[in-house]
Amino acid sequence: MSGPSRRAFLAKGALTVAFALSRGAAAQDADVLPALPGDLAKSPLLDSWIGVGDDGQVTVFTGKAELGQGLKTALIQIAAHELAVQPSAVEIVTADTARTPDEGVTAGSHSLQDSGTAILNAAANVRVLLADAAAWHFAIAVDQIDLRDGIAHAADGRTVSYGELVSGLSLHVAAKPNVPRRDGGAKVIGENLARIDIPAKVSGGEAYLQDMRLPGMLHARVVRGPSDGTRLKPADVEAVAAMPGIIQIVRHGRFTAIVADDEWQAVKALHRLQAAGWERAGEPLPTNGMRAAIRSMPARELEIFDYPGPPAPADAHTLQARFSRPCLMHGSIGPSCAIALWEDDSVTVWTHSQGVYPLRRALAELLGLPLERVRCVHVEGAGCYGHNGADDVAADAALAARAVPGQPVRLQWMREQEHGWEPLGSAMIVEMSASLGADRRIVGWQHDLWSNTHNTRPTTAGGLLAGTEMDPPFVPPKPQPIPMPEGGATRNSNPIYALPNARGTFHFVERMPVRVSALRGLGAQMNVFAIESFMDELAHAAGADPVAFRLAHLEDERAREVVQTAADRFGWPMRGRGTGFAFARYKNLASYCAVVMEVRVDRDTGEIQVPRVVAAVDSGEAVNPDGIRNQIEGGIVQSLSWTIREAATFDATHRTGFDWSAYPVLRFPAVPGRIDVHVIDRPKQPFLGAGEAAQGPAAAALANAVAHALGIRLRDMPLSPERIRAAFRPAPAAPRQAAG
Amino acid sequence: MIALSVNGQTHQVDVEPDTPLLYVLRNELALNGAKFGCGLGQCGACTVLLDGKPVFSCLVPVAALGNRKVRTLEGLASPDGKPGPLSIAFEAEQAAQCGYCIAGMIVRAQALLERNNRPTEEEVRAHLAPNLCRCGTHMRILRAVRRAAEMMGGGVRAVAEQKP
Repeated sequence: MSGPSRRAFLAKGALTVAFALSRGAAAQDADVLPALPGDLAKSPLLDSWIGVGDDGQVTVFTGKAELGQGLKTALIQIAAHELAVQPSAVEIVTADTARTPDEGVTAGSHSLQDSGTAILNAAANVRVLLADAAAWHFAIAVDQIDLRDGIAHAADGRTVSYGELVSGLSLHVAAKPNVPRRDGGAKVIGENLARIDIPAKVSGGEAYLQDMRLPGMLHARVVRGPSDGTRLKPADVEAVAAMPGIIQIVRHGRFTAIVADDEWQAVKALHRLQAAGWERAGEPLPTNGMRAAIRSMPARELEIFDYPGPPAPADAHTLQARFSRPCLMHGSIGPSCAIALWEDDSVTVWTHSQGVYPLRRALAELLGLPLERVRCVHVEGAGCYGHNGADDVAADAALAARAVPGQPVRLQWMREQEHGWEPLGSAMIVEMSASLGADRRIVGWQHDLWSNTHNTRPTTAGGLLAGTEMDPPFVPPKPQPIPMPEGGATRNSNPIYALPNARGTFHFVERMPVRVSALRGLGAQMNVFAIESFMDELAHAAGADPVAFRLAHLEDERAREVVQTAADRFGWPMRGRGTGFAFARYKNLASYCAVVMEVRVDRDTGEIQVPRVVAAVDSGEAVNPDGIRNQIEGGIVQSLSWTIREAATFDATHRTGFDWSAYPVLRFPAVPGRIDVHVIDRPKQPFLGAGEAAQGPAAAALANAVAHALGIRLRDMPLSPERIRAAFRPAPAAPRQAAG
Repeated sequence: MIALSVNGQTHQVDVEPDTPLLYVLRNELALNGAKFGCGLGQCGACTVLLDGKPVFSCLVPVAALGNRKVRTLEGLASPDGKPGPLSIAFEAEQAAQCGYCIAGMIVRAQALLERNNRPTEEEVRAHLAPNLCRCGTHMRILRAVRRAAEMMGGGVRAVAEQKP
């Protein structure tokens, strides 16, 4: 688990050596080459992606990270397929600043699109080189060569292994564009290959960063107030330093960490320092709810989209509605953790960050080290679902390790620290207005959106919690909106429907009352919730069936097929009371996903049960259909938890959702009865990420099903039992927006 | 020194008596199965069996164990190293995403199926309620428990059978 040392890696020899020794120069060749697909454009050399050892062992290098989404297995499938080898003959090296290409952050459902596409094309290039080498070896034409299972077969029966062929071959060459895919032979892409990471996970193997035990490893805890914007009152640090097992209390400015021999001793010391009490360090938090605060703060108005069309006629029927989402937590089941080792004025950090390269830059600045003296190695942690505490804890561990050179330091946040300090998903408000013409079609559309930024991922020391605690502190970068077409808060605010006379405006609120950043899907879940709820409201006003109404405004053929497939598989025309439909194409660039949901709502308790869900998804060419189903099922359940249960809560001084009792999430008794996911495969079409496709449609399908069941439209998340009960028995003085 | 029995073996550990069992399992005995999730008994990632009953190992001080026998995920495998039926079923159903919660899920489900290998669907869900999964793998986890129940000679019933 500690990862092979650089020396052991180099000793493996063969083609990867050239890659490892010349990485620095490699990336600079990019600008002289023609356009290459995926991240090959950024790292065009074949040995950046594929190594073939003289024993025939294939190694795939990806700058993306396994987050539990099945990335490793899918990338192995892609390489094995194109190289005509067994998947078991392929090993994979993921995000490591010393070994893999810089592919930025593993986020936004980009991994298959960026890295998968690069590896597909790099492997096709390598296959062509191997076939050419075999033809030369046998002195026959290349069309007489058949590659299978790592062996080149000549038509006359002679064979030579890939391992023998690579001895005379350099992969330290740039990829060529437009190399054809392998045709015929054993199929690996499209198969439900079992995930390579699962056996260790179900048997107690070393599967996680949290399971790494390095020789002489020390344990550390970072010392902070209960949540962002607070600080601890001065404590008797001397007394705590004298507690048994405490090796050092590391302090820089306001940053404080405890390093101990034993983990429990570090925890006890932490509790003692926390007992001194805390105070708010920044401005008080808004007490009227984060949504109301965001809606009323100064905002910069940015045009999101403007679809032309004649103005709506004066007699058009116009509907207006406001939708909202509270701040949400990522809520990793395992609190963030990192291990750092400081040796010879260099630091190695084992991290579950989604972006080892950006993290490396931020750490180098924080620690005052040249970039080449910082190595970040990704090791899997608990699922993160976006920017959680992973980067911050890496910085905490690095600072602690600097105080004890030569000894690895494992620093893990406590549950309350993860709940208190992770950047939250931003609160959002969407106000919509649309008009129906005489033909019951949409003739005007306006989408107004208020939110903070959805990305404060660290690229500098100021983006790390520890950086802001230094003396003098590093300054966080000014928050910026992410531009379309991907968008941040604005993601999926541009409707996929063919709408005339449609405009979107983003009211970007720069000031952040609480720490926020990227949560899986960014603004997409909220925007799709709003658009797809509103489409149902419009369909209702038009007296149209919700599915037919969508199809009447939908031109994209693949979108139409996904909508129709979900409706057919569910048996939509025969639907009973309490069914809802919703559809979106993630970012209008990635996977298409439609969700049909059936609910039962208990009017007395306000509890929602979901007996049945049907989804259809088009992710382009399906590398591992079961992996896609797993992502879509997970996205639906996670989004149900967000939409039914979750809201970060605050008082004037701090976050009040400090653990799973104060921030409840969906548990087994409330998950759906069944979920059926239909994958529409599109062979040879580009890979489209699926990890964030279902969250928006699931949220809106739920809201539409609840509206269908109750005849009452709920537009504020969460659709909690309290809100549902209140909808039937409205309290006279009920506030417009709930706290949170 | 404190003595404890884990997966059929007796260990002597030199830790402070209030150290939670979870920390002993992970740091003294190098067992990976039980995970730190919350330290508060709210998520179930640390679930182990104490004399066959599922408990949150993050809440049990090691000195409070007495003679009770601890079983972890690792202890559900047969002596020759063959994984237990639940581990096999979870792999067969590909019932993991990040998988951080899965060890706790398996151990808690083991407690149920050892007691009753023909539970109802509702009983399974109620039994697993203390354990959180954040990736939304619940449907697969339920399928894996059904498959394991069948492997153990039983099965999960859709609804409670009518009493005569």
